[in-house]
Amino acid sequence: MSARIRTQEEIAARVKALESMLIEQGVMTTQAIDRMVEIYEHEVGPQLGAKVVAKAWSDPEFKARLVEDASEACKELGISGLQGEDMVVVENTDDVHNIIVCTLCSCYPWPVLGLPPNWYKDPQYRAAITREPRKVLSGAFDFTVAESVEVRVWDSSSEMRYWVLPQRPAGTDGWSEEQLAGLVTRDSMIGVGPVAQVAS
Amino acid sequence: MNGVFDLAGTDGIGPVVVPEDEPVFRAEWEKAVFPMFAMCFRAGFFGVDQFRHGIELIDPAVYLKSPYYEHWVHTVEHFGEKLGKLDMAELDRRTAHYLADLEASLPEHQDDPELLAFIEAVVPSGATAKRESDKAARFKAGDIVRVDRSAPKGHTRRARYVRGAVGEVVLAHGTYIYPDTAGNGLGEHPEHLYTVRFTSEELWGAEHAEPNGSVCFDVWDPYIELVTPASATTEGAVA
Repeated sequence: MSARIRTQEEIAARVKALESMLIEQGVMTTQAIDRMVEIYEHEVGPQLGAKVVAKAWSDPEFKARLVEDASEACKELGISGLQGEDMVVVENTDDVHNIIVCTLCSCYPWPVLGLPPNWYKDPQYRAAITREPRKVLSGAFDFTVAESVEVRVWDSSSEMRYWVLPQRPAGTDGWSEEQLAGLVTRDSMIGVGPVAQVAS
Repeated sequence: MNGVFDLAGTDGIGPVVVPEDEPVFRAEWEKAVFPMFAMCFRAGFFGVDQFRHGIELIDPAVYLKSPYYEHWVHTVEHFGEKLGKLDMAELDRRTAHYLADLEASLPEHQDDPELLAFIEAVVPSGATAKRESDKAARFKAGDIVRVDRSAPKGHTRRARYVRGAVGEVVLAHGTYIYPDTAGNGLGEHPEHLYTVRFTSEELWGAEHAEPNGSVCFDVWDPYIELVTPASATTEGAVA
């Protein structure tokens, strides 16, 4: 194996060569490639997780089911699939703040968050978040968790797919699920950011 | 295997860089690579654990410096070559062809309704790694356990930073495909899966750990040994 780092052009040529051989073997078609890309660019993304969080904030019975078995509860909302067959929701409380990572590869709950951002897959995040989570949060995400709150990092080393149920912000009494979903950011479900601030 | 992909706790590789915003796919070639996992899986190239191991075998310098989806190219090539599904000389020849003209056409081909139907079905259904087994669970929530020090050379999920560490079982998930066999082409052999919570002090030492932190890490039954059973710790707390 050569340790030389390829340019974008060299990678693009290598991929097209590989794609051409897989197409000839009937493994891939451009139609199926385009469809799969379309799904993860436009259909499956963090707006789905936000919908689940908003429902959990609004419906205590649903929240209980979600915490008990996240994959089953998400199916009630038509949300399921690849890389989320066995999901576990970890709930933030006044005492515990949760963060997800995959230090060995790039595991991430696709059905509720879509495909992971590049920083989540980069060596730097995977290296630092288990060792210095508070430093990563403040340095890269401008986000601080009080020292009195335990920072609990979930390293997704198996096929269980963890994601974070953030706390419902104050000042949202009487809000609809749709309004609440608008507050839920992708980063808040990874655990590296807050939910959107409520204008007072 | 011990390798650079096992990143937890690695120092000196620079800060986490978070762009303001970026597209799902940063380049056209990434769009062609992403579907290769599902489609090559369907074509029998690999299971998900083998797929990961193919990535672990990448030259470590390349692993750390190359764009993420290029890792997927390496594992598809690894298994394509190993299984005789890809002629590497032909792949090199075609690479030169496309490098000379990146706009050169792909081979003409027919749509495949069955492949499209597979994508439409597998995206929402997935493929769980949960497996039935009559094996008894050796551990339960509340047990204090130690991860053993085994350092196998093939695929494993025994990250170095938890080896030898003592923590508490917090979740018991049931039986799942065992990556230490499946990832090495040796079959599924389901084992019980648990989540173990380690304090930051246990993992990094009191002098170096951030305050009030912990890591939850998933382990399969053979990874851990009992230190103190749950009932004993409860009794100890009472006494």
